[in-house]
Amino acid sequence: MATPLKRTPLFDAHVKAGARMVPFGGWEMPVQYRGIIEEHRNVRSAVGLFDVSHMGEFEVEGPGALSALQTLTTNDVAGLDVGQVQYSVLCYPDGGIVDDLTVYRLAERKYLITVNASNIDKDFAWVTERCAERKLDARWTNVSARTGLIAVQGPRAEALVGRLADRDVTRIGYYRFADGQVAGVSVMISRTGYTGEDGFELYAPWEATERVWLALLDAGAADGVAPIGLGARDTLRLEMRYALYGNDIDETTNPLEAGLGWVVKPAKGEFIGREAIEAMRAAGIPRRLVGIEMTERAVARHGYPVLAAGRRVGTVTSGSYGPSVDRYIAMAYLESAHAAVGSAVDVEIRGQGKPARVVKTPFHPPHVKKSA
Amino acid sequence: MSDIPADLRYTREHEWAKREGDRVRVGITAYAQEQLGDVVFVELPKKGSKVSAHQTFGVVESVKAVSDLFAPVSGEVTDVNGDLAQSPQIVNQDPYGRGWMLLVTPSSAGEFDQLLTAQQYQQFLAEGGH
Repeated sequence: MATPLKRTPLFDAHVKAGARMVPFGGWEMPVQYRGIIEEHRNVRSAVGLFDVSHMGEFEVEGPGALSALQTLTTNDVAGLDVGQVQYSVLCYPDGGIVDDLTVYRLAERKYLITVNASNIDKDFAWVTERCAERKLDARWTNVSARTGLIAVQGPRAEALVGRLADRDVTRIGYYRFADGQVAGVSVMISRTGYTGEDGFELYAPWEATERVWLALLDAGAADGVAPIGLGARDTLRLEMRYALYGNDIDETTNPLEAGLGWVVKPAKGEFIGREAIEAMRAAGIPRRLVGIEMTERAVARHGYPVLAAGRRVGTVTSGSYGPSVDRYIAMAYLESAHAAVGSAVDVEIRGQGKPARVVKTPFHPPHVKKSA
Repeated sequence: MSDIPADLRYTREHEWAKREGDRVRVGITAYAQEQLGDVVFVELPKKGSKVSAHQTFGVVESVKAVSDLFAPVSGEVTDVNGDLAQSPQIVNQDPYGRGWMLLVTPSSAGEFDQLLTAQQYQQFLAEGGH
């Protein structure tokens, strides 16, 4: 018998709004409200609200907090300002990925990391055990159960959040955050997201999350705001070629293969996985996660084989119809010899090879706000 | 409750069948398209091919799911809805009309009468639909 599914503070609001609820990473989450394609377009053209309260948050503080993050994550945390956010990964010694995450510097010696919902227990055990082994003076607290999270994404997001905030949110730059009040609730306002659109992620106290959600829906009516399910969250991130843990990256994939070399900073010093990653960099990266586009109508899905001249050269990790690009797109690991843009391959769908080619990514141009 | 036209017959796999002279028109029900969500791909057999009752004749894919299509009756496919290749969303918009999938000339007269009536299909859905 499976363990009962957990519910976010917005569960009742989703049910009331007519969402279709599905199990996801141990949680009962809305997959769609009105339809995935309509919701996807709502985010690209106006603004959408996502309940991502299922995601995990850990605080780490103390004299050893920076050392802990430098040892555990691949990116260089030393240069991170208070108020700045960084995307990164946690690796095993063999270079496989424990999880991907964002790192927030809250104060001089205090950080917050945000991890994937399905990895919360695994990650917390990983970070605390590795710190204990190394006798690092860093205190970890799992604050997931008291932290709600709402993503507000789309070209109207800044206007909407700005209307309810007690501070000028236009001054918060991309991958920066600030404390403030939204709808009278103290939240952390982070200019981040997973859609390729401008927008914010609002970290709120669990019990006040619904108040923020309902206020955003109410205040955003004229902006065309709508609640958006996990279905559209997936197609939006796929069009950006953002990796999803469990689909595109996991303990068997290396950050270099996944195209995440930009968050691997060996120059910062020792970190878990560094030797394995550097050995792969020196020896050559055997396969690469690339974007492919089907040249005829067909949906490539996770696990489908990819062939070149009849020989298997890779595997699809994510795939769908991309509503904004109006094409059938996918991500796949391909042997490096077949990974160049323009390379022709076939995706095996129900025993039949369907033609595809490697294309430049992102599939859809991002509209994140780069300066402030 | 989903729309279940009284003049059609149904399968437990959520296809509908409509007798039109000596042929049978086939599609998926309103309930099926609601459960699938946005349809983005439909794969149908070629005109002239044979289908068998209770066997798969094609595939319908939504953003999230892949589902087999099951033939309500056995026979020869005399026409397919070519519009669905370019505009699969018609299945969502008009499942009993422009979203039809096949016209079949049945090879066995009795199979159609074995299909669920609208009332039986409604009952089947009320019991959970699977």
